[in-house]
This record gives sequence, C-alpha cells and structure tokens, in this order.
Amino acid sequence: MFRTTALALLLATPALADEIWVTNEKDNTISVIDTATLEVTRTIATGERPRGITFSADHSVVYICASDSDAVQVMDPVSGEILHDLPSGEDPEQFVLHPDNRRLYIANEDDAITTVVDTQTRRVIAQIDVGIEPEGMAVSPDGKTVITTSETTNMAHWIDTGTETIFANTLVDSRPRHAEFVKDGAELWVSAEIGGTVTVFDTSDQSEKAKLHFAIKGVHDDLIQPVGFELTPDGKTAFVALGPSNHLAVVNAETYEVEQYILVGRRVWHMAFDRDHAQLFTTNGISGDVTVVDVATRKAVKTIKVGRYPWGAAFRPTEG
Amino acid sequence: MRILGLAALCSLALSAAAASETTLRIGYLGVDRIAPPVLSNLDPDPADLGLAGARLGLSDNATTGRFMGQTWQMEETRVPPGGDALAAARAALASTKLLVIDAPAGTLLQIADLPEAQGALLFNATAPDTRLRSMDCRANLLHSAPSNAMRADALAQFLVSRRWSDVALISGPLPEDIAFADALKASAQKFQLDLVGEKPWRFDADMRRSASSEVPLFTQELGDHDVLLIADETHDFGRYIAYNTWDPRPVAGSEELVPEAWAPVMEQWGAAQLQSRFEDSAQRDMRSADYGAWAALRTLGEAVTRTGSDDLTTLRAYILSDAFELAGFKGRPLSYRDWNGQLRQPIPLVTARAVVASAPLEGFLHQGNELDTLGLDAPDSACTAFQ
Repeated sequence: MFRTTALALLLATPALADEIWVTNEKDNTISVIDTATLEVTRTIATGERPRGITFSADHSVVYICASDSDAVQVMDPVSGEILHDLPSGEDPEQFVLHPDNRRLYIANEDDAITTVVDTQTRRVIAQIDVGIEPEGMAVSPDGKTVITTSETTNMAHWIDTGTETIFANTLVDSRPRHAEFVKDGAELWVSAEIGGTVTVFDTSDQSEKAKLHFAIKGVHDDLIQPVGFELTPDGKTAFVALGPSNHLAVVNAETYEVEQYILVGRRVWHMAFDRDHAQLFTTNGISGDVTVVDVATRKAVKTIKVGRYPWGAAFRPTEG
Repeated sequence: MRILGLAALCSLALSAAAASETTLRIGYLGVDRIAPPVLSNLDPDPADLGLAGARLGLSDNATTGRFMGQTWQMEETRVPPGGDALAAARAALASTKLLVIDAPAGTLLQIADLPEAQGALLFNATAPDTRLRSMDCRANLLHSAPSNAMRADALAQFLVSRRWSDVALISGPLPEDIAFADALKASAQKFQLDLVGEKPWRFDADMRRSASSEVPLFTQELGDHDVLLIADETHDFGRYIAYNTWDPRPVAGSEELVPEAWAPVMEQWGAAQLQSRFEDSAQRDMRSADYGAWAALRTLGEAVTRTGSDDLTTLRAYILSDAFELAGFKGRPLSYRDWNGQLRQPIPLVTARAVVASAPLEGFLHQGNELDTLGLDAPDSACTAFQ
C-alpha cells in the first residue's frame, strides 16, 4: 500500500499542469496531453476499443467505455492502473455520470439498452429499453433527467432518474450522436450526424425550440455531419464538431446562428475544454490527431499526434 | 431487470410527429431461381439471402415503432424454382400493398403490372438490371438495390482516379454476365476509359486444374491494358483469372476489386454496428442482397415515422421527396431519385479483406447530389412513369 502511494506521488509530482485525456479507439490506449506544453506525456493501455471517457466528480478515478471488451473500466488516473471493471452491459459506447457521483448511465450500442450502474456497489440498478444503437448520453444539472439518443431510431429518450423509466420520446433528424443539457438545463441540444443538424429542445415541455443548420463553402452538405459539441460556461457560444467536413462550427448559442467555421483535423468527433476554457481540444478520428483551438481568437493553433482513431476527450485538473 | 413494460410504452408522451396506434403489414416475396452450375463449390448462397436483411429491417422498424405506437409485421412468401410467382404475388397483395421483392427483372415487371399491384408500393431489393430504372421503369416499383450502371460507374470512377485508363474485359455467357458487361462498357465510355480488348469466356475445362496453363494464353491476346475487368456475376470462372494473367495486371469487376451495395468488410460510418446486429440475427455475414432488403424495410420505417401516416400515396410522395433521408451506414444520407425510383447510395469498392474506396470518389462532381454521378442521372434515364 505504501509503495503504491509513493509511486503515485512520484508520478504526480512532475505533472502539475492540467491534462486532456483522449481515447484512441483503434489503438486501445489513452493519450494524455499536457495542456501547458501541448505534448503527449503518457500513453496508457486500456481495454478494447475505448470510446466514452469521463472523470468522477473529484477526478479521483476515470471511467472508460471499453466497447469491445464489453466493460466500463475504472482507472486510477495517477498510476494509469485499471482498478476494476464495472458491469456495463454489452458494447458500452458512451455514458454519463449522474450529479450524485454514483450512478453511471451507459448506452449499450448493440443491445438497444441503457444500463444504470451503481459505481460504489458495482451493481446494475436498472436496464432501460431504448431505441436502436443508443449512443448520446446527457444528464440534467438537477439530476432529474437523463437522455439517451438512439442512432437508428432517431430519437432522444427522456429518462426519469427517480423511476429509471422513459417519460418522453422526441424525434430528431437522422443518426443522433451526442446530447447535452445547456444553459443550466433549460435546453437540450442533440446533434444528428446524417441529418446534418443540431436540434434544440425546451426541456420544460420537450418541445423543439430551434434547429441549427450548417453550410461550408466548398464542402458538400452531405459531408457536414455534426457529432460532438461543447458550450462555453456562459452559455453564449457553442463549438460543434462537423465530422468529415473537417471543420468546427462556432455557433451563437442565443441566436442559433453560425458565426464561423474553423478547419481542424479529419473527421472531427468530440472535444474538451481546458481549465479556464481558453483552449479547446478536438479529437480527429481519421487523421489520428488532436487540434488545439484558441477559444478567444477562434483559431486552430496546434495539431498534436495521438493514437489511431482518437474518439473521446476529457479534462483532468491536477492538484494545486 | 428491464424496467419498461409494454403498457408503459403505449402511454408514452410523444411530442413529435406522433402517430396513433398503427399496424404496418409488409409482404416479403422471394422468387427462388435454380442457380447455374459453377466450377467451385466453395461458397453456396445462403438460403435466407435477402430475406435475412428484411427480417433485420423489420426488427429495426419494430424497435423504433414501439415508441411511436407502430406495430410491424412481415409475411414471408418463398416461391420455389419453377413455382407460380404471379399467383404468390397476388396472394401477398391481397393482404398488403407494401411488398419487398427478391425476383429477376422479368418477374418483377409482371408483378408490377398485375391489376392487384396498381396503387401498391413495391421494392426491388435485388435486381440490378439497368432497364428497370429506364425504359422499363414502373411508378409502383422502387429500387433499393443499386443498378449495374451504379456499380460499374463506381468502378470506373476508381479507375479514373488511379489513372488506369486502359481496360480489357472478359465476360461470361449468362444474361447477368452480359448485363454487367454492358454496364461496364457504358461506364468506360461515360468516364472516358479505353476498352482495348474484349473476349467472351469460352472454356469448358475445369479451371480448378487448368487455369495456370489456359488463362495466361487466353489473356495474352487482350492488348496492352492497365486493368482486367471480369463480368462473371455467378462467380463461375472469374476467381481463376487473378494471378494467372499473361501480364501482371489487377483484376476488377465481378472478382477481386468488386463494387458492391454492401460487404462484410465495411466498418466505417457505423457499419460495424449494422454488421454485428445482422450477424447476431442471421448467424452469417451481411451481403448486398441483404442490404437491399434491409434498406427497403428501413425506407418504409423512416417514411411511416416521419409522416405519421400509413397511407400509401403519402408514403410514396414522402419517399420521393427532398425531405426523405435514410441513414444507411455508408457515410451519406440515402434518398430516392424522383425520376426512376432508385435509391441513391455510395458504392464501396471492396476486396475480400478490405474496403479499397467508396464511390462517389472525390472530384466527381454533380450540380445536385454527388451520388447522382453513379448510375442513371435524370437526363440518362428513359423512365417517364414518375412524371
């Protein structure tokens, strides 16, 4: 026990800068990027086909969807050691950690199920039938509602976390990939990859409030495929990854108008901000790299080579 | 462990184009043919070819449908070789006007022309004949299977992009070989490839034993070419050509580098998910015929969900409209050509082990939809039934 702690301290000491953790889907690894030097400082082995990644509230553990290992792995982010697996159901792709820091809602892509796991008892609490190929997962800030989007059913399923049952289903455009509650939970945004849109829902009555459309000069509409997105903390600006168009859209989240497009790497998937939201890190699947975007100037400032098929991204603050 | 009851599902709040309780009944009609003899016995067609794709499409629709108050049912009819396909079609049409059909072109047209089929919505899931998308089109017949012209154009685009512009062709004697060979020749002309040599396959020897002695001499006379094209759609002799040619040349067409609607080697764009769903349900790999049938069912699923209607006229109009799009796991939204009822789709070029490219290739532009660089564009089609 003492040895483990000592080792952990040793490893932690030089790494004072914050980190972005990126899952490499086709390399079965995580690339850890130092947000100050913008270099890869560690490459950590995971289970097969790692995709979704998220840290616990206190960042003491990191959860990783190892899709082809049919497991959610729980890792010590200091040592990079797998502590244990959680029962995840088959082919976990994405998940979301409830604000209670305990319940993990997991999309089981091959089984049309959302699995709810208690991360403390390591038991499955519930399994909820959803549409085909569930993927996008979101939880409202008050923790009352969890969303699963299903790619082939083209719906957002609204789950009541009190009863772990669906209370509403809303259609979106083709192949929804990602969902987020934004603006303190007043809105739910859902991206549709093949539909080429992001639908904005009013969470009070699940009605459609707006729809984001994109158009990039010189890029065919069919290649503009929204996947991941993030909003700045003030809720005013959204960055939307547009897949094989190799661009990010910068969207005014109040008027729902696109203000700008930023060229990044090829087939851009997901993204994460650093600590003060000054830099945004995008995973570029086909080019196998991460683009660093300066949020203030809205410019791509650096490309960082990571593993093959980088997919998910998560921010890890370090102590101090 | 699963917490959702059926009763709960029925009472779910639906805030989108919600449908009231609807039952959709689909007919699947498979007209079996006697497969011509082939030299190799290595890979017989699975008995449920096509049908297994329809079953998966039905299951996909049903999963979505339970959130929408839809119930999906499919009646499967198989007509044995030499059986009365028209009687079977009439019987199927007596219970539903939505049919997905796996039949040769001639039979398809006879079914589409039945009095009982007028006002019906029929899907051609497997027949590649280009004429069905041109002078022999029918207003009640949509095509989820790509045409020979689409497949040949996909290959031609690839050859152009590689600058392999001189091609030679060996074609088999069967009607399907000749149809594909004609499509390859038309594509060569369309994309300005030079057909430098052409020979019909004429051996009756057992190529499993004699390919290495016969094929080099046979291909020696084909002229100076970059690529050797094979039209052998029943996969009789074509497999013995590669590596036995006089000149070391890549082989494409029915063998080696093949343009397909679907192939087990496809992984990108979520294809891996469709593959694994299919493998779970059918216990085998998914093929082009399965994809055609799956896409037909999913077309109906998408149309019913988006329109909230089961009215045939409404569904047909929606399917042929700009609003329709189907996520088909090929990287672009699929839609239907409103001039001949053909499902627009990318055509991957595959080997046994990998996807080499996916057409439309970069640089082949179209004023409307780049997918229309494959197959019969509006001015190329003699179809008038959709006007």
